[in-house]
Amino acid sequence: MFNGRFGIHGGQYIPETLMNEIKHLEKAYLHYKDDKMFNSELTDLLNNYAGRPSLLYYAEKMSRDLDGAKIYLKREDLNHTGSHKINNVLGQVLLAKKMGKTRVIAETGAGQHGVACATAAALLNMKCEIFMGKEDTERQKLNVYRMKLLGAKVNVVTSGTQTLKDAVNETMREWVSRVADTHYALGSVMGPHPFPMIVRDFQSIISREARAQIMEKEGRLPAAVIACVGGGSNAIGTFYHFLKDKFVRLIGCEAAGLGVNTKKHAATIAKGSLGIFHGMKSYFCQNKDGQIAPVHSISAGLDYPGIGPEHAYLHDIGRAEYVPVTDEEAVCAFEYLSRTEGIIPAIESAHAISYAMKIAHNLPKKDNIIVCLSGRGDKDVAAIARYRGVNLHE
Amino acid sequence: MSRIQNAFKKGKAFIAFITAGDPNLETTEKLIFEMEQSGADIIELGIPFSDPIAEGTVIQAANLRALASGTTVSKIFDMVKRIRKKTQVPLVFLTYANPVFKYGYDAFFKKCKAVGVDGIIIPDLPFEEQSEIPNRHGIDLIPLVAPTSEDRIKKIAAVAEGYLYVVSSLGVTGIRSEIKTDLKSIIDIARKTAKVPIAVGFGINTPEQAAKISKIADGVIVGSAIVKIIANVGVTHHGCPVGKYIKKMKEAI
Repeated sequence: MFNGRFGIHGGQYIPETLMNEIKHLEKAYLHYKDDKMFNSELTDLLNNYAGRPSLLYYAEKMSRDLDGAKIYLKREDLNHTGSHKINNVLGQVLLAKKMGKTRVIAETGAGQHGVACATAAALLNMKCEIFMGKEDTERQKLNVYRMKLLGAKVNVVTSGTQTLKDAVNETMREWVSRVADTHYALGSVMGPHPFPMIVRDFQSIISREARAQIMEKEGRLPAAVIACVGGGSNAIGTFYHFLKDKFVRLIGCEAAGLGVNTKKHAATIAKGSLGIFHGMKSYFCQNKDGQIAPVHSISAGLDYPGIGPEHAYLHDIGRAEYVPVTDEEAVCAFEYLSRTEGIIPAIESAHAISYAMKIAHNLPKKDNIIVCLSGRGDKDVAAIARYRGVNLHE
Repeated sequence: MSRIQNAFKKGKAFIAFITAGDPNLETTEKLIFEMEQSGADIIELGIPFSDPIAEGTVIQAANLRALASGTTVSKIFDMVKRIRKKTQVPLVFLTYANPVFKYGYDAFFKKCKAVGVDGIIIPDLPFEEQSEIPNRHGIDLIPLVAPTSEDRIKKIAAVAEGYLYVVSSLGVTGIRSEIKTDLKSIIDIARKTAKVPIAVGFGINTPEQAAKISKIADGVIVGSAIVKIIANVGVTHHGCPVGKYIKKMKEAI
């Protein structure tokens, strides 16, 4: 049986108080994942509430402009709540309900996972509390209000660097305090086993659909599949059903912030080292004493000092490539896609768009590339305006 | 007999926790002697970590103060080496997996042995992950059991070294006005397999709480209440409020 390890990565490095709970969670998940009733309820939610399957859109203008491989966008931005996060959240909240939980808690960076959680909790009659770093509540004010509107309580995290990492710390602390009625709906493929497995499985619907869609449209597999990586949930979801297709390049785009040679980045694979944090062994941005480093990205969703253990493993064995993309490159891609295709991408997803723009030209026209458009960019418009020197506040 | 075993031979043990380097290592060094003279039988020294997920706000703040003053694992080892020449008080590190992993498990435990550290508590290294560190060079790995441990208590207690750390309540470290967990039943189960003494920590801050717990446990661990004194009152050599507090707590057990 799977032991929660991806090569040397993964594991369960968490306080004793939570051990029985995550064992219980693993057992429940392994039961329900093959349960007919559970799966039909989940599929119904995904199709009739979240709007799946999501489109695989041929970005013809962009492809022509770049004059290389055909670019397809997997439109997770069109899901209800505007990102891929809903795929995982509907699965986890439904699972939590089956486990008899009445309350879900979650961390959020940009607010997309928090909004998705608050949404699922509203629909499925669960109490919901979201933990969000103070810095992130300031750059994503609309999402804070949105979560409250959906009935969730938003706890502003003022410890540490006041961003995503600290929001995870605080959610863990809350879970340790109140575990009996509460499920921690972790938002990415990180944390202790079984979370990296559960979140991956719920997100793998992205590549299950995309693989079938590209075969139908092109009759051939893509030359490359590209997604942005913070913790890595949309990326693992986009990679998963292509893992066995050895000739499909899998490319994860990390946030390089102001550049990997500055101190202001969140490029875990490029600059991090092996460590143990947030319940898992993986790569982390840290100093030589093992103190977790403050990280930076224009994108709150990628502003995280670690990466999920399965990505760390895919990097080790060379199955996936991880490349850094700077704030400036992501903003340029954000503007380019808006202008060229009339699609405003999330600034997180713009990191993946940017790398597609870089490589498309060098690939033959008969090839195709799939880029995961993990979220919509409405939430980022004000921040991008400010980045460009326009004094715009929500 | 090890220094830790010895500490439990003299009756109920009072175990005092402070964060090393809070607010600086010179102060920590003085406090260790002060606490020993005031009746602390074992001293737990926190190695500061940027993200201490098992800690409440009081010890989180101590971690940040210690890091801000430039405290590192190497400097803590140097300090322990200095004080070990003058005292035989048992010293136990409390830290998270990452600083130890990053130092190198083998190098870390060898160094502990060399400078005279007796044991270590790693809150994010549960039973299942202890095989990470196959050779601990004789340093006691002190495990935790929690109010949610249930069927795990026996197997954890069976492999406990030094002492077994029973977490009194759900949640993170920090002062609690009331401890509601049925500690006696946890301790009774643990005693069936444990070969080491049992100490209770998390939330304890009054002499009354300490007295009550010492009736069922072999030791009482106090952290946040001491760290709070350091943060609020500061530290002076004589008439140190930390020393006074420890004296009062030790007398209660």
